[in-house]
Amino acid sequence: MLQELYEFFKPHLLPLLYAAVIVLVLPLLAGYVVLLERKVMADMQARLGPMRVGPHGLLQPIADALKLLIKEDIIPESSDKWIFWMAPLLSVTAGMLAMAALPFGPVFQIAELNVGLLFILGISSMGIFGIVLGGWASNSHYSLLGAMRSSAQLVSYETAAGMAVVSAVILGGTLSTRGLVEIQAQKHVWFFFLAPIGFFLYLVASIAETNRAPFDMPEAESELVAGYMTEYSGFRWALYFLAEYTNMIVVASLATILFFGGWLRPFPNVHALNFLDYLPMLLMLLVAGYSLYRAPKQPVAIQKMVMAAVAGLCFLLAVALALPQFAPAGTLLASMKPGLHGAFWFLLKVGIYLYTFLWLRFTLPRYRFDQLMKLGWHFLIPVSIVNVFGVGITVYLSRSTDEGGMGWSVAAAVALTSVVTLLAAAWLAKKGEHEPAPPATPESV
Amino acid sequence: MFDVITFYFFGGLAVVSAILVVTARNAVHSAIFLVTALLATAGIFLQLHAEFLFIVQVILYVGGIMVLFVFVIMLVNLDVAARQTQFNRMWPFALLLALIVSGQIYAVVHYAQKGISDPLFQVVAAPASALEPNSELIGQSLFTQYMLPFEIASIMLLVAMIGAVVMAKRKV
Repeated sequence: MLQELYEFFKPHLLPLLYAAVIVLVLPLLAGYVVLLERKVMADMQARLGPMRVGPHGLLQPIADALKLLIKEDIIPESSDKWIFWMAPLLSVTAGMLAMAALPFGPVFQIAELNVGLLFILGISSMGIFGIVLGGWASNSHYSLLGAMRSSAQLVSYETAAGMAVVSAVILGGTLSTRGLVEIQAQKHVWFFFLAPIGFFLYLVASIAETNRAPFDMPEAESELVAGYMTEYSGFRWALYFLAEYTNMIVVASLATILFFGGWLRPFPNVHALNFLDYLPMLLMLLVAGYSLYRAPKQPVAIQKMVMAAVAGLCFLLAVALALPQFAPAGTLLASMKPGLHGAFWFLLKVGIYLYTFLWLRFTLPRYRFDQLMKLGWHFLIPVSIVNVFGVGITVYLSRSTDEGGMGWSVAAAVALTSVVTLLAAAWLAKKGEHEPAPPATPESV
Repeated sequence: MFDVITFYFFGGLAVVSAILVVTARNAVHSAIFLVTALLATAGIFLQLHAEFLFIVQVILYVGGIMVLFVFVIMLVNLDVAARQTQFNRMWPFALLLALIVSGQIYAVVHYAQKGISDPLFQVVAAPASALEPNSELIGQSLFTQYMLPFEIASIMLLVAMIGAVVMAKRKV
């Protein structure tokens, strides 16, 4: 019996380990994304942001998590308790489950699925159940309105996001996440350069899908208090936040895989850029050095120690990234390079994408709900359909004549189809301008 | 052995939640049990290595039930619905019919396992490991062999959608 148990679990040990790492690290990561968001917001508004807990607020996420853990978990008397309990868990589970098919590097992936891309899209869209059920179970009008808005928004923008994903799938010819990255390595080009419009469509649609500003209608504070999570408190509230940030990481990873070559270094085939292999190590050393430089300037002894610890951690990471780089070829250490450096580049790209999210949030004012719907249905969906045709024509034009194509250069084909798509988009935008805004009625939510 | 355990787990989940869909008094609870029933079915697909079928099941029904939720919340007065009679008077007949159909399915599977040579009872499962990557195969057959039926089906869906929009826009 035990033997059988071992035999059954043997091939699954490594995936289980990866899954445990993701489940343990993700809440921490989400907490630090929140800190990053507050710091970036503060920077853009010429403030300092959190500075009290830890040096430069570095321990703020941990303090927040502790506070939320020990807060009272209030359940409204007239709520549907069973669903009220379950809804936030559903959101978090869906977000974390979607991570199973993400390749964080050539090695670090829980499950390689033949339909990995569809898996991520399908499972992560299940998170909306948590939002709608939570909003309904709260038995409050604000919550219900937030939940309804959320479902309407998801239904409207999922089509556009799906069409944008299709443009990368046409170029890659596979639905496997790993396969998409490997094809970008083979073709020596990121799909961003072949389908730039597809990427921007995905960017807008993914912001709308994760309910982020400027499309954060489901939780618009000035209108709905806090939308679907008005009645939530304590750790259940925190779970909704965890789900939101998990979803952000998932869509950022998906964009990285689809359009930015996943774990690949920028231009992996250009030997003149081989010095970029030293960048991960140098970046970590730089952060370590800066932390060490700032450590004596901290006001309290414990903050000095934390800063020094951060410096030490970054130094260790730098060593871990440097050792495989300098190890002689063929050794075990050198064979770890693709995995470690792949993970670094992947996370760096995800981080840049997330930064764009934050940047847009603090730059653009919130949309009105009818504007949101109009943008989705009258602009993004038609443009994304035109874009799918454009990408298909790009593939046809740039394919060699032996394979039934036209044999154009790739750059010319991409330029032509992009210009045509942009013209179509401009025509649509201009057409939309002349339509009068609908009169505000009491029914319009 | 663990395959058997996972199968009975998903199968049991599907059956129990399917029964609860019908018996739950609250329409939102029914919808939730419908989700679990469909997800359990998807789990059985995954166990059989039919990954494409699994994810299509999830994607389609997530979207579908999402709309169902919205309908339930916006159109059904749950307080009134909870006081109404839950079942039609014909429910014993429906139960009988369901039992007959499940008996038929059981008989086919049972006799197939006994090895009766009648081709009616020949149910042979393909070994899961021998299957090719199925999403490519489905895509190829949809866009080559079954191109016309596929396009006709999508045009019919489009017509249905446009019809629904036109009817919904009419001032009542």
